[in-house]
Amino acid sequence: MFPTSFEYHRATSVAEAVAMLGEHPDAKILAGGHSLIPAMKLRLAAPAMLVDLTRVAELKGVTLGDGVATIGAMTTYDELRFAEGIADAFPAIPEAINVIGDQQVRAHGTIGGALAHNDPAADLTAVFLALGGRVEVAGSSGPRTIDGEDLFVDLWTTSLEPDDIITRVILPLAADGARSAYRKHAHPASGYAVVGVAVAIEAAGGVVSKASIVVTGATSKPTHAAAAEAALAGKAFDADSLAAAVSIAADGLEINGDPYASEEYRSQLIKVLTRRALEAAMSR
Amino acid sequence: MADAIAGVARTQVTVTVNGQERSGNVEPRTLLVHFLRDDLGLTGTHVGCDTSQCGACVVTVDGVTTKSCTKLAVQADGCSIETIEGLADGTNYHPIQDAFWEKHGLQCGYCTPGMIMSAKALLERNPDPSEAEIRHELEGNLCRCTGYQNIVKSVQYAAEKMRGAG
Repeated sequence: MFPTSFEYHRATSVAEAVAMLGEHPDAKILAGGHSLIPAMKLRLAAPAMLVDLTRVAELKGVTLGDGVATIGAMTTYDELRFAEGIADAFPAIPEAINVIGDQQVRAHGTIGGALAHNDPAADLTAVFLALGGRVEVAGSSGPRTIDGEDLFVDLWTTSLEPDDIITRVILPLAADGARSAYRKHAHPASGYAVVGVAVAIEAAGGVVSKASIVVTGATSKPTHAAAAEAALAGKAFDADSLAAAVSIAADGLEINGDPYASEEYRSQLIKVLTRRALEAAMSR
Repeated sequence: MADAIAGVARTQVTVTVNGQERSGNVEPRTLLVHFLRDDLGLTGTHVGCDTSQCGACVVTVDGVTTKSCTKLAVQADGCSIETIEGLADGTNYHPIQDAFWEKHGLQCGYCTPGMIMSAKALLERNPDPSEAEIRHELEGNLCRCTGYQNIVKSVQYAAEKMRGAG
């Protein structure tokens, strides 16, 4: 199998890539390529041009400082999970990356690509949202910042404009250190999340000041388990509050069912994985 | 830059494969695996599922483990590629090849080139992997014959030899 014909342009800078996208409305960005190229081979996507970002040096790299982690959008999953300071600041990130696809996907996939693609069963989208992330974007209308809460719109749909490129992913460093975790039930064939749950808890002095619990795989886009978050807020972070939150973790969510996993099964998985993720966070 | 007629425009690609510089003219849509097999005649890299699942086509590109059915040949321009053909030194097998022989890590052999290239990337990163780590890192390589037991044993055996502990 091979894709339909297209033109290929290897960009050397963000400005050049933005200009190419502006001139060619049928162009698509090529990042890690491990979602786009398979889709093109299956003829589910047939862009007239690919603008390859893999050699744009300004889109690479991870730095921690000024209260945030700044991650270049073309940083691969492997580069991200092994970057200095990431595992300590955000344990959920290496946990999620370790269960993405297979080693070849982890070696090539990029964080910017994952967020822009917004696959409903992706792992890192949920982690990004739970950690309170935002993205910096370059486009024909100039650079701007999109808060994570405004980025994901629906299945494979984001608020990015066609000529927008995510340049950096910004994650705030939690005040109370590293209390994040990710747990997943992977589809046995595809490896995608049937359900995944990312949690990030701030509990200075043992009282929950901020609880973020985000579900992926079960919903059309990464979605806060708002009932469970509310159940934890202001409570002592202990077994009782955890159990109370878990019992209502699927409440209020629009959960999808399919022949592999029914809505009811996914609701149950949300509770189980929320419990496991919260227990992991609590142990940190 | 390719001209405007989609489908016929070709781009020159130059890569270093197993230490040798090789060139070809490809369409942008040409997958790396087809460039290696059809243009360069390196048919040791196999096409299995062709849907990025099975890992029969794994090579390394600038040292990074890569499913060559999921990479465009044009993306590899200027890169250094290692394929299964690059492992043996004449008639002396690479320790991982030896290990697959010794521990019976193959039956039909179709997945073996990809399996060995993935194992090599793993052992370069982690010279002493646990059994669980080996199984996890080889998840992207499917074998329909062996049930994986002897593949894992082969990688453990190779790791031991390569660490000089055997």
